[in-house]
Amino acid sequence: MNSGIPNPLALIAELTHRCPLHCVYCSNPLELQARSNELSTEEWSRVFQEAANSGVLQADFTGGEPLARPDLIELVRAARAAGLYVSLITSGLPLDEARLGTLIEAGLDHLQLSFQAAREELANEICGTAAHAQKLRVLDWLKRHRVAVTLNFVIHRRNIDQIEEMLALAESSCATRAEFANVQYYGWAFANREHLLPTREQLTRSVEFLKRAEERLRGKIRVEFVVPDYYAKFPKACMGGWGRKLILVTPSGEALPCHAAKVIPGLRFENVREHPLREIWENSEAFQKFRGEEWMQEPCKSCDRREQDFGGCRCQAFLLAGDAAATDPVCSLAPLRSKVDAILAQIILPPAAETPVKPSWIHRPNPA
Amino acid sequence: MTPELNSYPRLAPGCRLNEKAQQPRTLLMPERALRLNGPSLEIVERCDGKHTVQQIVTEMQKIYSKAAPEKVAQDILGYLGLLHDRRALDFDIA
Repeated sequence: MNSGIPNPLALIAELTHRCPLHCVYCSNPLELQARSNELSTEEWSRVFQEAANSGVLQADFTGGEPLARPDLIELVRAARAAGLYVSLITSGLPLDEARLGTLIEAGLDHLQLSFQAAREELANEICGTAAHAQKLRVLDWLKRHRVAVTLNFVIHRRNIDQIEEMLALAESSCATRAEFANVQYYGWAFANREHLLPTREQLTRSVEFLKRAEERLRGKIRVEFVVPDYYAKFPKACMGGWGRKLILVTPSGEALPCHAAKVIPGLRFENVREHPLREIWENSEAFQKFRGEEWMQEPCKSCDRREQDFGGCRCQAFLLAGDAAATDPVCSLAPLRSKVDAILAQIILPPAAETPVKPSWIHRPNPA
Repeated sequence: MTPELNSYPRLAPGCRLNEKAQQPRTLLMPERALRLNGPSLEIVERCDGKHTVQQIVTEMQKIYSKAAPEKVAQDILGYLGLLHDRRALDFDIA
């Protein structure tokens, strides 16, 4: 493989868009794909083999909720047989301990369990269903099984002040990794942004707390933290750079450079039903479009950081600047940074003494 | 942390080497992959819960007999400590 294009390292396999949860910050696109279009067991198995042959090391099973696929155990077996490391990114529903045991026997390496908050009432408000108690049961079962466990907390204004309780939950579990990932504003989160963005004070407090926790828990739990990039000085190296490390396959088989890529108008995405994965990775228009530096505008084009952050996120550039090739407006050097500052300036919190009013959330629905 | 010489290092749950046929050899773990070669691979292959830290040090000192034994020991303890901090290793006590 001497194309000069690096191998993809991870395959993000969106097995389905169906999900028992309705989280207000779901990273799925607003247009969800129907069950009738989902790739079959055989098609996914072929994709895993093609991914491994292209140099991919890890498969992240995600969705929607991967547990909604009745063939999930066969898919785990197929990915392991292809030589991939298999992570299951899950809400823990629908699951019983027998199925959990079978998944691990089939070769599941790592299970990432999401929590919407530390307390049940808020957790259920965020995901629009009574899921929290089941998650606690799953966490308890996991103590009896040999698999790597990550607890994932998606952080935003409504739950950021519960971060200490979230960490305590992780410490009481068998998790070796705890991820505190601030919401990134695409898709459903973009629609709910005014209720989700934390204040700068909230963010500063949580960062200080997590830095101390990281130090204290070294060797026990790996604590990882993702800040909301609206507050950052420089943009994130989104997906490790467009078409550099990751390839995402949607439930119906489209291969995308990132979760949100379909918001960018005019990009054509090839389907793994019609083309080999390697060919799509190397040659397709969508993967080539923002690979390398040719597409960059100033100030990115001559910026010293262009090989670190690749100009930030293309989808965010489109959502905020209306131009997918613009410098990510969250960058302090971006011509349109003032747009982000204006969004941040509008964040207001109800006085602490008042009972927080439940926002008018837009919950993610289920596809057909 | 510095590992105890009489403890048995073992890869943590969800951490494993890829298959021998897959090159380069890589230590796979949640959200990470660590390429291994030469000594790092030889050390990780011995983290099987059956070798003590002391045994790993002694075997590696034999393989790398041209290097100063104290330096080999120091490097191995440092490397095992690093893998532990990344939550890739557990140490079983006899």
